[in-house]
Amino acid sequence: MPVPSVSARRGASEHSVVAEGLTKRYGDRLAVDGLDLAVRRGTVLGLLGPNGAGKTTTVRMLATLTRPDGGRAEVGGHDVRREPALVRRRIGLAGQHPAVDEIVTARQNLVLFGRLFHLGRAAARARADELIAAFTLQEAADRQVKGFSGGMRRRLDLACSMILAPDVLFLDEPTTGLDPRGRGEVWDAVRGLTATGTTVILTTHYLEEADRLADRIAVIDHGRKITEDTPAGLKRAVGGARIEVVVADPSWLPAARRAVARVARGEGPDTDEEALRVHAAVDDEVAALTEVARTLQDEGTPVADIGLRRPTLDEAFLRLTAAGGAA
Amino acid sequence: MSALSWAVADCLTLVRRELLHMSRQPSLLAWGLGFPIVSVLLFVYVFGSAMDVGDGADYVAYAMPGMFAMTMAFGFTNTAMVMAVERDRGVLDRFRSMPMAPSAVVTGRGVADIAQATLDLVVMAVIALVIGWRSDGGFLATLHAFGLLVLLRFALTWVGVWLGLLVPSIEAAGNLFAVAFPLGMVSSVFTPPHLMPDWLGFLAMWNPVSSTAGAVRELFGNPAPAGDSWIEQNALLMAHVWPVLVTAVFLALALRRYRALSD
Repeated sequence: MPVPSVSARRGASEHSVVAEGLTKRYGDRLAVDGLDLAVRRGTVLGLLGPNGAGKTTTVRMLATLTRPDGGRAEVGGHDVRREPALVRRRIGLAGQHPAVDEIVTARQNLVLFGRLFHLGRAAARARADELIAAFTLQEAADRQVKGFSGGMRRRLDLACSMILAPDVLFLDEPTTGLDPRGRGEVWDAVRGLTATGTTVILTTHYLEEADRLADRIAVIDHGRKITEDTPAGLKRAVGGARIEVVVADPSWLPAARRAVARVARGEGPDTDEEALRVHAAVDDEVAALTEVARTLQDEGTPVADIGLRRPTLDEAFLRLTAAGGAA
Repeated sequence: MSALSWAVADCLTLVRRELLHMSRQPSLLAWGLGFPIVSVLLFVYVFGSAMDVGDGADYVAYAMPGMFAMTMAFGFTNTAMVMAVERDRGVLDRFRSMPMAPSAVVTGRGVADIAQATLDLVVMAVIALVIGWRSDGGFLATLHAFGLLVLLRFALTWVGVWLGLLVPSIEAAGNLFAVAFPLGMVSSVFTPPHLMPDWLGFLAMWNPVSSTAGAVRELFGNPAPAGDSWIEQNALLMAHVWPVLVTAVFLALALRRYRALSD
């Protein structure tokens, strides 16, 4: 097989994508405003942000589709402005809509792209077979794409962008418009890729998607990076975990309040009378949970549920983009 | 392989892709030919009896070369549509993110359009023969005539590529037929320009489609009551010159527009 794995082909430099001060202007509007990125080899970076935040423009500049107006970027060890041809040998791109031909078969699509990636006839066929297996398209391989489900189409589109086993794969909203099942199929496929050492940069508005797939998330708004962290780190930054106790009967609420108050940070517990729930922000999560559980047990308070609730990425995102917009 | 041979190889790969599309959608070919075929039947049988092109010339012999030229002229709307669709669906973005020759997308289009034009002409020629049209020009002249028709189509391909990349949406590309229609009609395709009002006749005479239609009539040996103007008397020359000029201008515009996709 003439397509070597990523690690065999490239010397091990730490980052596959580096951008410094990347800028793109459309008229008076700065679509991307001095963006810095450093993506470690074999990891997934999620670019998260509202519509018009500059995510797609960033991806287009990194994938050599749009010329930056300022700053620099290296992808797969090559400068996107000075050596676009070398960058193109090391990247794959799957845009917002599957760019596959509808009226030919999945296999014909893959062979066509293989040929355009300059594989010989036999090599293109062999690579098509491999990718059909890797993306579990065996049953549909010789059917016309127009009969495919959304998830199958995206999987084929991903496969077409993986012909040369790219160092870096760009996915621009890979699951937009898919039903939950199709989304799950694409997620599985993307996770499979990172196992082979491919670095993935994906844009998404789905926080769940970033949470599931990304090792790190860069939150982008108004062309600028507001913050970058792991999904867990982002949630932590927005506010730590809260302890939550649910009792079976309203008469137990005061006891639950007393127990939670012992570990609450700041203002003390909030009570939701209707849901029979007492909750409060805590610092040392595990110690707090242990302490509250022990207190309630010692006092003989019956508890319906007890646990730590972390803020969702949605909450983190809304808070961060609101702050970024105000800045 | 050198950069040039890759450019040729990539171009041919994209041509194969287009041929594969054509072979999978014979109905599309039929639709594409629907307009010229209906035009032939309408003009020859419905209007033909009322048409007097002068000198007692047979209307089928007059109209058929014009119909060939018009079909070639309208072809660019198809080119524009394909380009607009491929841009919209992200196919162009993917091609541009790949290590293939950047020129191949444009040159591949040109070669594929020649293939399409040849097929169109074969189908039309068969219909023309059925309704009684004949070329009296001999083998080489007839071949020359069909060559000039394909040349017109080839030149207008670049107009199509340019417009297809320029229009804001697929819908707008669909409306380009409104541009193509006068290009086909304000010409010597159906009626001799000297029978039109002066200003319109002037436009029609200088329409590149008229030069090709006039040259093709001459080469087919179909009786052609041409006007006295220089442009009408030199149709054969201009049927070569116009496509070269159109290509020079619009190929440059098309390439510039293609590169501007990076802005």
